[in-house]
Amino acid sequence: MAYSDKVMDHYENPRNVGSFDKDDNAVGTGMVGAPACGDVMKLQIKVSDEGVIEDAKFKTYGCGSAIASSSLLTEWVKGKTLQQASEIKNTELAEELALPPVKIHCSVLAEDAIKAAIEDYNSKGATAVDAPEKVADAS
Amino acid sequence: MNNSERVPVYLDYAATTPADPRVAEKMMACLTMDGDFGNPASRSHVFGWKADDSVKEARGHVAALINADPREIVWTSGATESDNLAIKGVAHFYKKKGKHIITCKTEHKAVLDTCRQLEREGYEVTYLEVENSGFIDMKVLEDAIRDDTILISIMHVNNETGVIQDIAAIGELARSKGVIFHCDAAQSAGKVEIDLEKMKVDLMSFSAHKIYGPKGIGALYVRRKPRIRIEAQMHGGGHERGMRSGTLAVHQIVGMGEAFRVAKEELAVESERLLALRERLLAGFSDMEEIYINGDLSHHVPGLLNISFNFVEGESLIMALKDIAVSSGSACTSASLEPSYVLRALGREDELAHSSIRFSLGRFTTEADVDYTIELVRKKVDKLRELSPLWEMYKDGVDLSKVQWAAH
Repeated sequence: MAYSDKVMDHYENPRNVGSFDKDDNAVGTGMVGAPACGDVMKLQIKVSDEGVIEDAKFKTYGCGSAIASSSLLTEWVKGKTLQQASEIKNTELAEELALPPVKIHCSVLAEDAIKAAIEDYNSKGATAVDAPEKVADAS
Repeated sequence: MNNSERVPVYLDYAATTPADPRVAEKMMACLTMDGDFGNPASRSHVFGWKADDSVKEARGHVAALINADPREIVWTSGATESDNLAIKGVAHFYKKKGKHIITCKTEHKAVLDTCRQLEREGYEVTYLEVENSGFIDMKVLEDAIRDDTILISIMHVNNETGVIQDIAAIGELARSKGVIFHCDAAQSAGKVEIDLEKMKVDLMSFSAHKIYGPKGIGALYVRRKPRIRIEAQMHGGGHERGMRSGTLAVHQIVGMGEAFRVAKEELAVESERLLALRERLLAGFSDMEEIYINGDLSHHVPGLLNISFNFVEGESLIMALKDIAVSSGSACTSASLEPSYVLRALGREDELAHSSIRFSLGRFTTEADVDYTIELVRKKVDKLRELSPLWEMYKDGVDLSKVQWAAH
């Protein structure tokens, strides 16, 4: 399969790899996908008091397109408000990376990841410190 | 890191092999006006006679490697056609005797899809499970045999795992029950010893391009004693004793013959060399965490190693390993997003099946190639694990099997 130059670039030099403390109230964590399906994305955002995403980090288990989609997403969400970030569409990611049809699901997963991260952040503000994680709670 | 002479390094010999230069040379002598271009079916002139002699010689080489009679060799276009001819040929010829066929879940698609077609035609097929080692339990096979069973089709060496099935034992059982036994030997010919005088195999499929011959040519062994009958699937001039019509492709056949001749000559030495290389490769990985060998190495072709690198997805690893040519048990590269059905049948969880890499070594693989591979794989697996949320969770002591994933 031929990957676009942009996918190769993000794959070979992924941006913003890493983790924040998921228990930090300023941090929202979204973990989506499943190992059995061949993709798991963990996206974390650090949000300022003004509701702006100051920093973002990711870790992804998946194919090159999944890694590139999440890497690109961390670049895009930085500096955006939660509202703006929640409006990012998978089609924009897919177009930017020139994903082939069989890899569109990677961009869908990335969109799910930012939505889950925002939801996780919001749930912390609404409740106490120990808000449950939404998707991948180790129980 | 550039201690290997050739980049990318070819480690996908189980997919196909380059033709041996000796093979290519023989083939080139069968094409042009000043070469051996005749039609072996031409009885009226020297061009035909010479071509016929070349085909006879090649048939002898193929038969010699497997200790068979040259008259038991039927040329085909490859192992896929041989599998089709054997399975459909037996099913159609013996349909009055019964309509039940036994095969195995880890067979090649050429066997499985042929069986599916026969199911559509009204036959009944039992797909046997394998043990986690990759072997068939003989008791399970015996229990599957019914009064109306006409055919058992089990491969010799599995193309993904390299596990060698005990076809001698399967042959004994099949013969004692009066059931015909077909065996796909595309991955075993020239790599492990095959003696059809001793092994009670009735039909056996071969391919040339897996053992340094050309693509587009193969053969089906059809036993004469006791005589096995098959119904032709290709009709025409009655070539190959009526079992497979079509003008013989002399250059292809000569290439396959030479490949089988060389394979017989070099089998013992080559097996030893490949085994040493595989052990070197495995030793290079042995201290890595969370690696799993797929398929039991105790009965195994020497040149193949299938390993799952846990917490790393196979397709991204293959992408990272672009300087070596290997294949993945993860079928993400094709349209389906399913992990390998062979590894699943061995009881591997989806995630380990997704994380698998098949290294297959061959005649032109060097120690330098292996060392280069070890260094590259270790570096890239480390890098991808740094990127993997699963690796992070594993390192934090999270039991991944207890996590509730949102399947998509």
